Parts: sequence; structure tokens; C-alpha cells
Amino acid sequence: MTFTLEAPARPRHRRRVSQMIFRAATLFALGLVLIPAIWIVLGIVLRAIPHFSFSVLTHTSAHGGLENAIVGSFIIMVGVAIIAGTIGLGAGIYLAEMSATSQRGQRVDGLLRTATEVLAGVPSIVLGFVGYIALVVGLHWGYSLLPALIILSMMVVPYIAKATENSLAQVPTAYREGAEALGMAPGYALRHVILKTALPGITTGLLVALAIAGGETAPLLYTAGWNDQMPTLALTGHQVPYLTYPVWAFYNQPSNSLRYLSYDAALILIVFIVTLLVVSRIIVARTQRHADIRR
Amino acid sequence: MSLVRTEAASPSNPGPPSDSASVRERLRNAETVLWHRGTFVAAVLPFLGLAFAITVVAIKGWPAILVNGTHFFTGSTWQPGSTYGSTVYPHGVATPQGASYGAWPLILGTVQSSAIALILAVPISIGAAIALTERLPRSIARPANFAVELLAGIPSVLFGLWGILTLGPLLARDVYPHIASIMPDVPVLNFFNSPTGHGEGLFTSGIVLAIMIVPIITATTVELFRQVPSLNQEGARALGMTDAEVTHSVTIPWVRNGIIGASILGLARALGETIAIAMISGAILGHTAQNIYSPMTTIAATIVSQLDSSFTDATGFATATLAEAALVLAVISVVVNVIARFIVHRTGKLGGPVGRG
Repeated sequence: MTFTLEAPARPRHRRRVSQMIFRAATLFALGLVLIPAIWIVLGIVLRAIPHFSFSVLTHTSAHGGLENAIVGSFIIMVGVAIIAGTIGLGAGIYLAEMSATSQRGQRVDGLLRTATEVLAGVPSIVLGFVGYIALVVGLHWGYSLLPALIILSMMVVPYIAKATENSLAQVPTAYREGAEALGMAPGYALRHVILKTALPGITTGLLVALAIAGGETAPLLYTAGWNDQMPTLALTGHQVPYLTYPVWAFYNQPSNSLRYLSYDAALILIVFIVTLLVVSRIIVARTQRHADIRR
Repeated sequence: MSLVRTEAASPSNPGPPSDSASVRERLRNAETVLWHRGTFVAAVLPFLGLAFAITVVAIKGWPAILVNGTHFFTGSTWQPGSTYGSTVYPHGVATPQGASYGAWPLILGTVQSSAIALILAVPISIGAAIALTERLPRSIARPANFAVELLAGIPSVLFGLWGILTLGPLLARDVYPHIASIMPDVPVLNFFNSPTGHGEGLFTSGIVLAIMIVPIITATTVELFRQVPSLNQEGARALGMTDAEVTHSVTIPWVRNGIIGASILGLARALGETIAIAMISGAILGHTAQNIYSPMTTIAATIVSQLDSSFTDATGFATATLAEAALVLAVISVVVNVIARFIVHRTGKLGGPVGRG
């Protein structure tokens, strides 16, 4: 009597085919994600390049350029980084490190945490509308820098808080214990040990927030307005230009020069997003090389 | 994990004032208290911001809620009324004569476009997440991950620009006519029958929304897959299971709730998307979509496209109606988000960006 170790031929064949179909299907799905990504970037770059000239970077929109929009977007992003960065960092530190011990305190903390997450889920156009009703009209600030900063900060504070909270949660307990054993006061340990360790994660969260602030359109339309002159640093009363506006407002204009300006603004936005992504990748890669503490 | 562990450093009890305590000691305690109070203020601000936003929309929308009543949710007319006619006062609210607002087409458009996006995005995202976590060569996996992050970071106005100038015309010329010609004229499927339009409409909006939410669902699902204990997967493989069987009977069951949560997060983003839809939808008011290619609009797109012209209504009723629409949108998004976060939290994964526009 002889045994054969081979299984019957047909089922095994079927399994191999099903394996191949499965892998092909997942790779196909991956392709359906990658193709639009490449297509959008290339589509926008190729549309803009033939008409792009560097004079766009040095002239205001009044003279067929985008310098005012670039400067305006930069001002808005710096403002958001300062306001939302401070608040988001503080909120993240509180939620991660300062949680209350009493039962009532814990309930308050839970409420604050939920509110932060719910705020992240409010659509940006709703916040923009609120900014228009309450700040631009209600407080007579007019389309200007301050309402734009407040509304964008309301949008991105939850992201910064969440990133801060997450990266603080990943600081190893040994670091805290070491700091305490060395007799550091909690505040001192926070500044010199805990925040330092969590800094890369916090920075990445801040970059994500900047990407959102730089790429938003809807909430800015009715808070910042638009201006074809160079922006000022006046907080109220002066409209602020920003890069997403020309894309939205000029793409369907009859004049060629305005449409090209729309494509140029789109190109600059793409370059900006890719730069932010690469920077955040470098930060993550550099810290991971030195860290012995990663998950 | 509490930083404030010692009694002496707690803000409610900043330590017994003792003559022997050095200035340095007091400073250290003061710093701890300062950190505690300062970060508490920062943590309260998002709560106040949320309360402020909802209060503003509710107060501004209140007259519209009174006048529009339930017609707002069932009616399809969007009539600002006569700007030059007389003002009438239903429920004591000043409105232009003939003003009648029904948001049913907006609500339906929001739900339809988000549903198309979800139907397209969920299978693609899960497939892509499997491909990204399963034995892909590094030379492909790294650029692929970068592309997913890039897709997540592209501003929505650029999706709109690409959708209206590149994708929409292409679909209307080369794809929609073929779909329309093979679809039989039976209920449900006749929604796909011609006319196929010019590429601005429901289907194009749904496809672009799908592309926008795919990176959210993919990234969250990849994170979830990485949390599946490798022992379970290795055991399944050792029993001779194929990749498909491991995925179906080990990986997916382990993270099912998380995937549902991630999909709902994507849905929340699609519901609140504004600028891209305002560009691609065809922005038609007062009609529901006749077929899947028809122009339509959503709540968010209507707010952004109608706010300008609502100023011409001197009674402010048009703006109040937009506030009511904003309130409806905010409530829908918040409810969907809370459900998603609840499900995702229970599986231990934290959510990603939502609700941008």
C-alpha cells in the first residue's frame, strides 16, 4: 500500500487561483487609490506649467500675479500656528497629563474631551458661516484677518490637541518615573523631559493643522474676504487674500489670464502640500532613528 | 496618567506655607499650578467654541425654523420671494412676500452623494489597506503610503478644480453614455439611464467625494490591521489558509468595528464637504436629481453658493434660512461623528481628520 502526500489536484489548483484573484483584487484596489492621486497632481501641474511664469510670485493680483495671496496665506498660517498651536498644545497637555482624580473632575474632563472631538466633526462651512454672522457682521469686524484666524483655529485646535494627547501618551512611564526620582517638580519635568520626548509627534500634528489652514476655502470665503492688494497685518477692517480663493473664483472666468492665475494658484498649493508632507516625513524618520521608545 | 501626583503639588492644596520652604521650592510649586490652570483654560476653549458656534447658528436660524416649519424638510421649492414686493409677517417674522424654502433637494443630494461615495470608497479602501499591509515590496509600499498621505492632504478646492475640468468632461464623454446604454429600463437601474449630462452632477460628485474619503478610511484601516496580533494570522497561515481566507476569517473579524467606525468618519467628511461639491455638483436649486448624472446640490454647497445672494434679502430671512440649513448640517455631522468615534474608540483606534471643506 502506498501513500501519496499530494492532495487531490483540483482543490489545490482552485486555492491557488483564489489566492491569485485575491492578491490581484487588492492590488487593483490599491491602484484605484494611487491612480487618482497621481492623476490629480499631474493634471494640475501639467495644466499650470505651460502658462506659468515666475513673475506670478512677485506681482499682486491687481497686476496679474499671486504675491498678495501667497503672503496672505502665509500670514494666516503663522497666525493659526500661534493661536491654535498654543490652545491645542495646552488642551492636549491637559487631556493627557492633568486629568482630574476626583469623580466630578473626571466628568468635566470627559465633557471637555468630547467637546473637542465634536468640534472636529463640525463641517468647516458651518464654522465659516458662524464667523460671518457673529464676527464679520455681528461685531462689525468686516472681512478681515481676525475672524479668519479665529474660525480656522476653531477648526484645527482639535487636531493639534489630539496629536499632542496621543504623543504624550506614548512617552514611556520610565521617563516620568526617572524625572520624579530625580526630584524634579512636575512642571519642570513636563517642560524638560516629557514635552521634549513628545515634540516630534506634536510637530507633525502642527504641520497637519497648517496643511488644513493653508488649504481651506469655504470658511475663508466669508471671513477673510479677498483683496487684490498686498495684505496688511491689521486684525480687523481689511480683507485678506489667500491662495485658495483664485482657484475657486477664477477657474471659470472668461478671461484666459484669470484662468491661468487659477491654475498657478493650484500649482503653488500642490507644491506647498508636498513640501509639508516631506518635512513631516523627515521629522518622523529622524526621530525614529534616535528613539529607543517607539511602539 | 496624572502628572500631579503629590499632594503638595495639587492646585487645590498648594502645600503648607512653611517658613522653611525655600523660594525655589515655592517657585517650583507655582509653576506646576500654573501649568495646571493654563492648560485647563486651553482645554475649556474648544468646548466654549463649540457652544458658541451652535448658539449662533440656532439663534440666527430661529426665525426660519418658526416660519419654514416642517415644509423645510419636505418641500422642494427654493423661492427667496420678491425683493421689491411687500414684507409679510408670518409668526411675527419679517419675510419677503412669496418666500418659500424647502430643503428636501439639498438634504437628499447630501445623502445621495455621500452614499455613492461610501459605496465606492469602502471596498477600495479595505482592498488597498490589505495590499498595503500584506507583504508588499518596500519599493512599492513606501511611495504608495506617500500617495495616500498626499491624497489626504490635497485641498478640497483642488479636487473641485480637477473634477470640473478633467474628470467630469472625461466621464461624460467616455464613460456615462456606455453605462446608460447597458442599463435596462427597470426600477432602481433606470436611475442610470440617459440623459447623461455634461459631467457636472451627482455621479461625478460622488466619485470625487469617494476619492477624498478613501485616504481617511485606508489610513485608519491600515492602522487597525497593524494591531491584529500576528500570532493569530501566523497560526491561520500555518493551517494552510490562503491570504483571502486569513483576511476573511482572522483579520477582518478582529477589526470589524474599527472599519465600520472609519467608514462613518469618511461619511462625516463627505457630508460636510463644501467647495469641491459647489464646483462639481452643477449647483441646481429646487430640484432633486432626475437620474444619477443630473445636476444637484448639497446643504454645504448651498450655504457657500447662496450666502452672497442672501444679502439682497433686506429682511434677513434668506440668511436665517441658511442658518437653519447650517444647523441641520451641523446636527447631522455631529451625530454621525459621535457614532463613528464611539465605535472607533471602543476598538482603541483614534480618529482622523473629518469635516473639512
